[in-house]
Parts: sequence; C-alpha cells; structure tokens
Amino acid sequence: MSTLSSALPKQRNPIRPARVLLHVFLAGTALAWLAPLLWAVFSAMRPYSETSNRGYVSWPHTLNFDNFKNAFEQSDMTHYFMNTLVIAVPAVLLTLFLSSMVAFYVARFDFRVNLFLLLVFTAGNLLPQQVIITPLYRMYLLTNLPGITASGKLYDSALGLVLIHVAFQSGFCAFVLSNYMRSLPHELTEAALVDGASVWRLYWQVTLPLCRPAMAALATLLSIWIYNDFFWALVLISTGENMPITSALNNLSGQYFTDPNLVAAGSLLTAIPTLLVYFALQKQFVSGLTLGSAKG
Amino acid sequence: MSTDTPTKSQEAAAVPPPGRASENKRIRQGHRRLLTRRDRITLAFMAGVPTVLHVLLVWVTALASILLAFTSWDGIGFDSIKWVGLDNFHQLFTDNPQFWPAVQHNVIWFVVLILIPTPFGLFLAVQLDKKIRFSRVYQTAFFLPVVISLACIGFVWQLIYNPDTGLINSLIGANKPGHYIDWIGDPNLNLWAVLVAASWRHTGYMMILYLAGLKSVDPSLREASALDGANEWQTFKNVIFPTLRPTNTIVLVVTIIEALRAFDLVFVFNKGAQGTELLSILVTNNIIGESSRIGYGSAIAVVLLFISLIVIIPYLIATFRKERSA
Repeated sequence: MSTLSSALPKQRNPIRPARVLLHVFLAGTALAWLAPLLWAVFSAMRPYSETSNRGYVSWPHTLNFDNFKNAFEQSDMTHYFMNTLVIAVPAVLLTLFLSSMVAFYVARFDFRVNLFLLLVFTAGNLLPQQVIITPLYRMYLLTNLPGITASGKLYDSALGLVLIHVAFQSGFCAFVLSNYMRSLPHELTEAALVDGASVWRLYWQVTLPLCRPAMAALATLLSIWIYNDFFWALVLISTGENMPITSALNNLSGQYFTDPNLVAAGSLLTAIPTLLVYFALQKQFVSGLTLGSAKG
Repeated sequence: MSTDTPTKSQEAAAVPPPGRASENKRIRQGHRRLLTRRDRITLAFMAGVPTVLHVLLVWVTALASILLAFTSWDGIGFDSIKWVGLDNFHQLFTDNPQFWPAVQHNVIWFVVLILIPTPFGLFLAVQLDKKIRFSRVYQTAFFLPVVISLACIGFVWQLIYNPDTGLINSLIGANKPGHYIDWIGDPNLNLWAVLVAASWRHTGYMMILYLAGLKSVDPSLREASALDGANEWQTFKNVIFPTLRPTNTIVLVVTIIEALRAFDLVFVFNKGAQGTELLSILVTNNIIGESSRIGYGSAIAVVLLFISLIVIIPYLIATFRKERSA
C-alpha cells in the first residue's frame, strides 16, 4: 500500500486496520476456495452407511480412510496409474527433446522460414482439440501397425496418445524455448562454432545445459497437463483397460464407485499425484506458465 | 486443458540498443558460412522431424476437417467419400436443434469468464502483490483448482450439486423427493452450475497471469503516483492498469480459447445434455455417439476452427511482430 514505507527494509509497520481487514478477506476467500475440495475429503472419509442414515450434512461419528482403500483396490487403480505413466513419461521427454531442437533451429539460425515455422507451431497449440479430432480419429483407425501396438492400429494404443500429446504440446514448448534461447548470449555459440564444434554439439553440449531452468519448468507443466488430459484418451482409446487414470475415472465412477463417498475418494486419489508435483515444484509450475513473458 | 497459451514478451516495447539488428545479421551470416555439409543435414533433421509430426497430426488434420466438411463419408474406404457442397453446413445452421444453443452457450461461457473470474483474479493479484504476509499460502489456495484435472473437478462439484446427496440441497432442505432442485439436469440451471465450477478454476489462473504482469510494473511509477497524492484506486486505474496492457491481451486470448475448448467439465457433469450443449461436445458426440457422421461432425469442427483462427492469427501476428522489432 504505502510503497514509501515498504521501501525501507527494516522498518516495522504498526498494525493497521486496513491490513488486518485485507488478511481477514483473503483468509476467508482462500477458505471458500478450498471448501469444495475439503467437502470432498470430508465426504470421502465417512462410511456410506453413516451418511445415508444421517445425511451428508451431519456431525461425523466415524472418519477413516476405508473409502480410499476400497476405491483404490476395487477398481485396480494401480493398473490405470501405470497406463498413465507409460504415456506421460515418454510424451514429456519426447516433447522436450523435439521442441528444443526446433527452438534451437529457430533461435540460432535465421533461415527466413523460422518465423513462419514458429507461427505454425504456436498457432497449432492454441487450436481447440475438437477441431482436429474427427480426421485424427479416422487417421488413427486407418493406420495399421501390426506387431507394434497391441491393437494393431494407432487407435486404442499408448503410442497413439504419446504421438498426439507430443505433436500438440511441442507448439507451446517450442515457443517458450526459442524465446529462452534467444536471450542466451550469442557469443557462446559463436565461439563454439569458430572452434569447429558441430551443430549437434552446439545444441547438445552448449545450448541445452543453459536451458535447464526453462526445461525444468516446462517438464513440470507438461507432466501435469498430460496427466490431466481427459479428451484425447476418451476418444482415441476404446478399451477401458487401456485408459490412463484421468479418463478412466469416468468409467470407474459407474462401475466401481457406486456411492458418492467412493466417487469422492476415487477422484481425490487421482488428484494426489498432481498435487504432490505441484507442492514439490510450485515455483517451476508457475514460472512455466509465465515463462513466455520472461524473455530477456 | 488446458490452459496453455504462450504469454508474449512484456519487455518488447523496450528500445533495442542501436546497431544490434545489424550485428545479429552479421553473426547469423557468420553461422551459415561455418556450417559443414553434415551440420546442414543435422539441422534439417532437427527442424524437420518435429515439424513433420506437428504438421501431420495438427495441421493436416485441421485441413482434412475443412475438406471433409463438404463431403459425406461413412468412414469405410476412401471411394465412399462424396462431395456434397454446403449440405452439411446448411443442415447444421437450419436443421440442428442443438447447434445454435451450443453457439450461445460457448458465448455465454466466454462472457461469464471475462466478466466475473477475470476481474476477480486481477483483484486478488493486486491484493497479493502488496508484499503481504502469507501471500504464498493464499496463492496456493487460489491456484489449487488450476492444477487438478477438470475431470476430477467435475466429480468434486457433483458432490455439491447432487440433487439428493449434494451439499447445496442438503443445506437448503431440497434433498427430499418432490423438492429436488436438479442443478445438473435442469436445462435452466445446469449451465450456470457448471459455470460456477469453471469460474472457480479460472480465477486462480487469471490471478497467476496478473501477478506475473504486476511484477513487471516499475515500482517507481507507484511511488511517483503516491507522491502526487493519488489514492490506491486512482493509482491502480491511472498508473497500474494501463501498464498491464500486454497481460490484458494475453488474458483475453486465454479466456476466449478456454471458452472454445470447454469440454471436460461438462462431459463429466452430464455429457452435454440439454442446457449444456457446447460446440466441442457436439463434435465429440458425433464420433463416440451412436450415429457417426464424419462430414457433419467436421462441419461443426470447421465452425469452431473458424472462430479460433479469428482470435489466434491476429494475436500471434501482433506478438511476433513486436518480438521481431524488440
């Protein structure tokens, strides 16, 4: 508020009513923001017998993690988490690898096409997924890959999902990384080139190590986005067994999660990995979202 | 969902140091001369492989959507593709009871997001930017819904909206048969119910974007304004907000794209039943639903593509032009 006083480092402000009011407002709003999630946790921790007898808005007599345990075991959630892992890990690594190559090319070698190339990538990433889904779905059905995927097609395979994630997300990553690379001093690559380093070494040993902060931020962001994806798997996977966890939730909720308490427990379980990543790497996540603006 | 818009350079307006452009050109030409044949091949692969993958899966399919929109095809064999001209569009605009409601709902989605959670996110960002204690804790709370998948959010909010077991009806006593308020099924209510959940999530997203924008506001501007005797609101209105222009552009684009992409939440909620139809839902139902009409579904996708490009292309051109001049 008063910027003059806050500019002086050690001066303690007297407690001001405006500040207190602001804290009351923010704490109240923050609590209201968490309320839907807290309500889900509360419902998930109560036995169904109790809530059906006494109603959901009632004083709890039993609070335990039985619903979480049941939801996890009955629906064989480990299996779906593994599905996600098999899709997300290669997708994140491949996206970073491919987009950093494009970014390197665009940022370091002006061959006139690079602006157009960047435009193509970035615009592609902004399209709603539904714009391309009908032909994509047909293309996946028509692509025969006998022996490579279990389904014999791109359709209904982890490979298909990895490819579309990589293709779609590399737009955003190429944009961010090229901005980042352009802010690196030109002298570095220049010197290496004069010393006779190959283009590949220039990329792999000189440029990439300098991009670590940006890559870390993007890796965090991509992991959460790909983990949270619902749409691609919903349309491009037909066998329920092959679905990653987020999309499987929809099927499981009818099949195994038969009461609201189990639904609450099951859906909260799917949120745990994202929350862990977020709390551990909050800085990375937020800086990733705003990275494009941090161009030097 | 995706929420993934490149934010553009905020410092683009800064005056470039004189002579830098020509220096760059010299360096780049220097690069070119030093490249060996092998280097050129490496470069071609480095740029080529990702581009082919991206263009094939994103742009070729987008183009195919446009072409298929003028055909009718049963999906079995390419020889069954028939050119039908504008039939699909004609049918869509005049004969589909879901199409205009869907367009309307997409527009409502955007209007609500830009009018309620966006200013509120800005408001929160301004408060949290005041070097306040516990700022991180508050930020984490507001941002949490952005991290969780929309599918999960859909299930969490169902626990609130369920007619017989949900929080709201339990609290107001509308959870007895005959007294139900059907937040999810009633076509007059369900769109607004979903929009509450969508706004809940959008606020945190906007807050983070504005916080980043506010960090780049020169503190001396504030001080000068305070010295001139401006109060907090005047400072914000006359000094801070105008300098947030680049962020406002990003926010506008992000919000439009979010409104066009809206899908997961509604699908989990009620599969886009009456009252919550959206363009994205109509396209998807045409694929996974019982009657798959490829040409017709593509026609809806083309409408979506058309609206998206009207927003995306001018934004990107402006962004890249600024970037080049910086």
